[in-house]
Formats: sequence, structure tokens, C-alpha cells
Amino acid sequence: MSEQTFNIDTVANAATTPDTDLPWAELGLKEDEYDRIVEILGRRPTAAELAMYSVMWSEHCSYKSSKVHLRQFGEKVTEEMKKDLMVGIGENAGVTDLGEGWAVTFKIESHNHPSYVEPYQGAATGIGGIVRDIISMGARPVAVMDPLRFGDIDHPDTKRVLPGVVSGIGGYGNSLGLPNIGGEVVFDSVYQQNPLVNALAVGVMRHEDLRLANASGVGNKVVLFGARTGGDGIGGASVLASESFDDSKPSKRPAVQVGDPFSEKVLIECCLELFHNELVEGIQDLGAAGISCATSELASNGEGGMHVELTNVLLRDPTLTPGEILMSESQERMMAVVTPENAEAFEAVMGKWGVEYSWLGEVTDTGRLIIEWDGETIVDVDPRTVAHDGPVYERPYHRPQWQDQVQADTFSASEAGQNLPATAEELGEAVVELMSSPNMADVSWITDQYDRFVGGNTALSQPDDAGVIRVDEETGLGVGLATDCNGRYAYLDPYTGAQLALAEAYRNVATSGAVPMAVSDCLNFGSPEDPEIMWQFAETVRGLADGCQELGIPVTGGNVSLYNQTAGRAIHPTPVVGVMGKFDDVGRRTPSGFQRWADGQAIYLLGVTRDELDGSEFARGRGHLGGKPPQVDLAVEQTLGEILINASRDGMIDAAHDLSEGGLAAALAEMSLRFGVGSRTALDELCERDGVDPFTALFSESQGRALVALPRSEELRFTDMTSARGFPALRLGVVDAESGGIEVAGPFEGGSFGISLDELKEAWSSVIPSRFGAITEAEIATREQ
Amino acid sequence: MISETPLIGDFNVSPSGPLDGARIGVITFPGTLDDRDAARAVRLGGGTAVPLWHADQSLHGVDAVILPGGFSYGDYLRAGAIARFAPVMETVVKEAGASATSSSPLPVLGICNGFQVLTEAHLLPGSMIKNDHLKFICKDQVLRVENTSTPWTSQFTPDELIAVPMKNQDGQYVVSAEELEQIEAEGRVVFRYIGENPNGSRNNIAGVTNERGNVVGLMPHPEHAVEAGYGPDDTTGMREGTDGLTIFTSVVSSLAGGNK
Repeated sequence: MSEQTFNIDTVANAATTPDTDLPWAELGLKEDEYDRIVEILGRRPTAAELAMYSVMWSEHCSYKSSKVHLRQFGEKVTEEMKKDLMVGIGENAGVTDLGEGWAVTFKIESHNHPSYVEPYQGAATGIGGIVRDIISMGARPVAVMDPLRFGDIDHPDTKRVLPGVVSGIGGYGNSLGLPNIGGEVVFDSVYQQNPLVNALAVGVMRHEDLRLANASGVGNKVVLFGARTGGDGIGGASVLASESFDDSKPSKRPAVQVGDPFSEKVLIECCLELFHNELVEGIQDLGAAGISCATSELASNGEGGMHVELTNVLLRDPTLTPGEILMSESQERMMAVVTPENAEAFEAVMGKWGVEYSWLGEVTDTGRLIIEWDGETIVDVDPRTVAHDGPVYERPYHRPQWQDQVQADTFSASEAGQNLPATAEELGEAVVELMSSPNMADVSWITDQYDRFVGGNTALSQPDDAGVIRVDEETGLGVGLATDCNGRYAYLDPYTGAQLALAEAYRNVATSGAVPMAVSDCLNFGSPEDPEIMWQFAETVRGLADGCQELGIPVTGGNVSLYNQTAGRAIHPTPVVGVMGKFDDVGRRTPSGFQRWADGQAIYLLGVTRDELDGSEFARGRGHLGGKPPQVDLAVEQTLGEILINASRDGMIDAAHDLSEGGLAAALAEMSLRFGVGSRTALDELCERDGVDPFTALFSESQGRALVALPRSEELRFTDMTSARGFPALRLGVVDAESGGIEVAGPFEGGSFGISLDELKEAWSSVIPSRFGAITEAEIATREQ
Repeated sequence: MISETPLIGDFNVSPSGPLDGARIGVITFPGTLDDRDAARAVRLGGGTAVPLWHADQSLHGVDAVILPGGFSYGDYLRAGAIARFAPVMETVVKEAGASATSSSPLPVLGICNGFQVLTEAHLLPGSMIKNDHLKFICKDQVLRVENTSTPWTSQFTPDELIAVPMKNQDGQYVVSAEELEQIEAEGRVVFRYIGENPNGSRNNIAGVTNERGNVVGLMPHPEHAVEAGYGPDDTTGMREGTDGLTIFTSVVSSLAGGNK
């Protein structure tokens, strides 16, 4: 390496210069963590070793604050829950047996901070990263979903963040040929400066294609392929520039990675061909911590040793130092372990797809990860100490002192809870107002920027309750997925809030007709160093793990995103929960709206309505957040799920929609807005049976409820099924395809109110485009047909 | 040849039906996305889908060729601008273009990015620029079929309205005034957008054909409207639309010597 322009800090050098100052603090290590590294190595680390430890021991990679709590997800998994679990937590993504020789893998991750700094690239590379996790399990990615949370809709910065995030997700996901089948859009000022950009990807594979990240087989070769390694995403590594004595190198590099979806698409096809031809023994995607992560994880999960020559890495920027190369988070890269016999065939696949690769080294049984730079050893570590033996913190936590006060501040006792709508006119206006609030509004301005058709297997997508993808064209075997979280509920009570998120995602999947099977979560919180936030986190994990145990569906993987706070102001605890369910035949999926041909069908409300307005959308509309979130009863959710799944399987119902934010009012409105088909309902019996007033009947957010529409010929069979399970079902009214409106009668002054669907649609669909971009008349016209 | 993983939209599922004889090539460029979908549509239309690889000059004796949608080479330079130089395109141009000597030149269909490649290859007039609203847009789109004399549209009735999904970022069809006048006068507009113009295309043009009528390009995606349950919404219900299938049955029937 004659062009070498920096000093190389070798292991030999480190042994003889124990007193050299290293910038461990700047790299985010605590003093005791640095001391521990010195203790592990028996000497000071080299600059390259320090780079590796610092990224791998970061919160993001080591889960050092969350680990002690996350263990519950494993501990609370029963044998019964493991039945269909092929790969659990710990690998790139969990894998669930779908039957018929198929397996499905899915996972949610966050890309919150990068998306705030650089919305387009942050969101785009968020998709890229989660998709590579799916590929590295051996699966073909088949769909993505995006749970998004932004600041107040009218805050100027939201106008910067939202359009960039949306076009980043579209720009990357659309170019990969992955349908975007759902997600969430939430506006709340708590997410100002801390938007949450979570991404879920799902992939499918035949059982025999399952791949794991381990480097097995001594003498097997280690290869890095895909994009070249550049200076993007290095972040903190720049402090290692003290290695450099050449000031001609680029000084300002983006801390946010830059995505190239074309490279990723080629990488997907190329990897699938490698799997199909059985050319790789182990594979790992390069995400956070880049080569540091891939080498140390592959080595420690395999035979325990690996020997790498770092100068073989193909670079975009030849001035990168070894430490920077080890830390670079350049996108669209993969690392694989290949037997020497397969090397030629491997190269042929690379050649076919035009993918660059370089052989870095080989698997050894020395128990050491040795990295050389031009023949000189710069890293000599036990890979386990890098990948798995990071620090683990038992961070202190306690219930916030304000929690009692917040819970005591109920909506009904508050000023906001007075003068509630009571007459026909007031209730009708309140429904329109609810549906034109930012969090209930039509999100098609966003979702129409995503391809929902590509692949030809999308059976349901937004705005239906779940996204549904066919896996097997012959049998119709498929999956349904939903992600949910209500951060307001979680703020009022994190334990219950986590279970409510789980309950809603579970309910959404069941409402579409799928049998819930597995959970992935993305736990977004403030700083773990704040004991009150840590309490929120601990309670959330406990709630979620208990809930999964009760529902009998395991957490198969996920992600923790901490430090989502600015100037001491943290986001609401936001445990986004994704549930994956199975369809024997996706042709049975239940849409969320009344279809035109369903005129005259009966509308039933399932479940019980209580006075539960604390934390509700209605309360939000009046600026109130206090009290306790709705009760959660997972046994009830399970029974409701069974009813909805059986009804779908037996073809009893033609539409179903769960009741969540905005309660019955929102569900009725959404079922009509879906296809522009109205309804006539009456609340009298409901109010009498559940002992609630018409306002509560419409706006309460009691859980365990759903609305269904069914042909009259199926009513008897359906009600027999609900009564056999002792589940409350009430005939609320009928689908009315002629009226063009929603008519609601009830025990209130005026007797009934009607809302024109045209007017409601106008109010509901203009909220987002009016803030973020003009919508053409053409788009409105085609949506109305 | 493409080595396929036995997954969704398997190219290798054997076709069925009396018209299996029609072998229709589906080209995969790096960055092509809808190749599996196009192959499925061919199969559902009664033909046999034959995967063609961009770097392979041979068309492997296929009877017709489809250039599917996607982002070939990332569309980084200009949509379709690099793909037109692929070795396979040389053969496509030779067998389908103006210089083709056969009395029945190769039927070619370009969908979305495939349409862009065909204009870049000068098999079709005009060009595609960014949508006038500057956004990617995915929606169900109604089209009018205005030319039923191509092998790809022979089974439509004249002026038939069809619903197919549209999804693109660079879908605004532009063409010089003289050429526009010419293709209109010669009845070479095959598909026209109905309702408001979704992207600023000249004369609401969604699809055109060449002078000989064997090459057709269209921006919306008929291959996503071939199977009830997975297509656009239509009057019979959610995702029930299968209007796109007629494009594939048309070509299979034309190749079998049907009503061309």
C-alpha cells in the first residue's frame, strides 16, 4: 500500500505504547467500558479495535440498557408458543412456520434520528436496512409497512420532515418492487424534533432456504459484496482522524447514510440466486456498525474465528482509515461465508448481476477475530467480546411522580369534558369534526405515493385493517400484518398501553380474517438514563411480554430506539407492535368497508361499550390528555378474534372493521368512506344495553369491539356463533348504498342525524393535502368513482 | 437463463389451455420489478412466459416480447435510457422495428418502464418526463382503448373503458407537435386516460403504437389487472378488476392466427 497516508496503529504498536491517549469518550464509551476493553485485551486497544468496540457496545447495537428487560420476551415464551417458531429473537429476524413448507420472517425497525436529520435518506435507508435483515434470513422480501409519527401537523418542521420521509419511503421501496401494504400516520406535538420513522418488512421462503448469520467451516472464505464502502454513516468515527496526517481527505461527510435502491434490488435478486444455488454457508447484512458488526457476529456465531485482510475491502473513498472502514455504514452491502469449492460459482452469480465483491479472508477455529491491514495485525480480539459481551446495565427506574396526577385528571371531570355534544345536530357535527382531525384524516395523499400492486399478490392494503399478501399462488396461503400503537394510552399507563397496542394489532389482523401467529415490536422511548423513562420502558416490556404470553403468540424480534427526546422533552412511550397472522386462503380476507353490492346487509356491533374517553381522539380534539386508558381484556380479544376469523373463513361476513381511535363514530364513518357506501343505524338498544349515553356510544374507545356487515341470510348462523361464545353482538342497522350518507338514530334530541358522504369525504380527504401539497382534481375524481 | 427461486409468481409453473403454443418473452433488466407479474399475466392469458435476460441477445424463438415495469438501472440517468443499450434490445429493435423484414414483425409490449425503454430505443414516438405534480402516484386508472387493431388489443371492443392500476413517477407523455398530430391522425393512440389527466400527458395519451402496429407502449399496468382479488377496484367489488387480461389474451389469440 504505497498510497497509505496514515499511521497504522497495529496490535504490536499498542502493546508497546500502553499510555497512548485514545478518544474513547468521544466515541461514546464510558470510562468503565473503556477499562473493561483494556481488561479483555490485556493491553490498550488499537484504534481499529476501539472503533469496533465503541460501535458494537453502543446502545443501538448492544441493547445495553434494554437487555435486562427484553429477556422477558424469551422467558415468557411457552413451549406451546414455540410450536411454529423456527427462529426466535437474536437472529436478524424471527422466522415462523406458515405450513405447506413455507416460512415467513418479519421485523420492525426504527430509523428515527436519521429521518429527522435528513428525511428522504433517513427514511429510504430505513427501508433498505430492514429489507436486508429479511434477505439475510434467506427469504424473498414481499412487502413493507411504515408506522410514522410526526409533530403537530401545522408545525413548520413537520412540512420539512413529512414530505421527505414519504418520498424517501416511496423512492426506495417502490424501486425495490415491494408493495407497501399499510402502516400508521400519527401527528402529535410530542414527536416534534423526534419523528418516529419505523419500517416493517416481511419476507417468505421455503423451509430449506432458511439461512443464519454464522461463519462455520474452517477454511471457508469470507466475502463482502454489494456496494463499495464509503465514508457515509461514519458519525463518531471522525474523531479517529487523529490517525490521519493527510488533511486533503474529505472533512465533511454525511452522518446519515445515502441509499441506492437500484443496488439493493440487484442485491436482493443476487442473494436469492445464491440461496437457490446453495452457494453460501452463512450470511449477514451490513447495517449499523458495518464490517465491525458483520465480522464479529458471523465469527462468534460460528466456529469462533475469522481472519480478514482489510485492504481487500473495495472503497468508494480511498482515504478511509481502517477504523473508518470498520465503522462505515454504507448501504447495500452483505457479507457471506462460502466454501472454496463454491467460490467460482459464487463469482459467476456476482458477474451475472454485475455486483462487486471482494474476498476478505477465511473462517478459522482460533477463537480470535484477526484483522490485518496490509499484513500487519490491527485487530486481534475474541469476537464474542465485541458482539455479545457488551456492557449490560441495570438502569434505575421508578414510577414518575406525575403519573398519579395525570391518571387522576380524567376527561369527564376536566373542563374539556363538559358541554359534550348531546343533540342530533351537535353529535353529527362532532363526527365530521372527528374525521377531519389530523389523526383520523384520509392518508391516501401519503399512501398513493407507494406502490401497493407490485408483485401481484396484494390482497388487502391501506386503508384496510391489515395488509394481506398471498404467499402461495396455488393454494392461496398468505399472511396478514398490522402495526399499531397509541402513544397517548402508553403515556397514561405504559403497561396497559403496551397491551393495548398488542390488542389493536391482534384485532386488526383477526378482523381481516388472519389467525395471529407472531409479534415484532419497535420500542420507541426517551432517554434510558432518566429513571422515569426507564420505568415506562420496563413497564412496557412487562406488559407486552405478559400480553403475548396470554395471547399465545411469541415476540420473534424487534428493535429498541432510545434517546428520542430533545431538550429534556421525551416522546410518549411508543411501543409499536406488529402482529403477523396466517390465512389458509387469502381469498377469504375481509375488507374494511361496505361494498356497493352489499346494499341492505345487516350491520352488527360486537363487544361492549363502556364510558372510556380518557386518552381518546375526542379528548385529544379538546386538548385533553389524562386519566386511565381503556381497559384491556385479552381473553375478550381472543374470542372476538375467533369470531371474526371463523366468520371470514366460513364466508359469513362481507366487511369488518375494528373499533379503535375515534370509537364507533370513526368505524362507521370509515366503513362508509372506504367505498362510498352509506349506512343507517340506531343507537337506542346499544345505549340501553350498555348503559351509556349516545355521545359515549359514539366516541368511547372501549376495546374488544368490531363492526361487521353480513347478508341477512347469514344473520342466524352468525348470531348463533356469537351467542355460543357468549359474546355480545347487537344489530345496529343496515348498509344503505342508495342514500349517499350516514344516518344515525338514537335517544337524543332530534332523534337522528345524517351526514352526507360527499361532505364528509371532502372534510376528511382534504386535511393532509391541504398542508403538504396540492391534490389534483383528477385524483379526487378517481377516488370518488 | 434466469435461475429462479421457486417463489411467488414462479416463471416455471407449467401453463395450461389450448393456446400454450404462444411463447411470450418477458425481459428482465437489472432493476426490473414487474417481470414476475408480466409472466403471470401471460400464463393467465393462455400463453407460455419465457424469461429473457438483458445481456442475452437471443430471443430464444419467442413469438412476442414484453418489456415489464420497474426502474431499470435505477432510472438514474433517465428512465429507460440505459436499458435501451442492452444486448437483448438490439435483437428486439431488429425484429420489431421499421427495418424488420418480416411481413409480421415481432409484437412487442412495453409497460411503464418498458414503454420508456421503447421510446428511448425509438421503437415508439415521444418520451416520458416527470409527472406534472412531481410525485410518484399509485392509483386505479380508467383508460379508453382507442385502437383495437394491434395484436395486443385485438380482443377489446373499440372505445372500451378499462380500469388498470397506474404507478409511476415519470409518466408524463410528451411528443413534438408534428408527431402528435401524426400519431393522432393515424389512429396510433392506443390508450387514453379518462377523467382528469393524471400526470400532464399530451392529449391524455396513456399508450401508443408504432406505424406497423406491432409495438405498443402504455404507462399503466395491465399485468396488475389480470386476477380477481388482486387487481384494481371495479363495479363488481374490491380488487376485482381483470380488464388488463384482455391484452394478454389478445396477443395469444393473435399469435394463434386469431382476429388480428
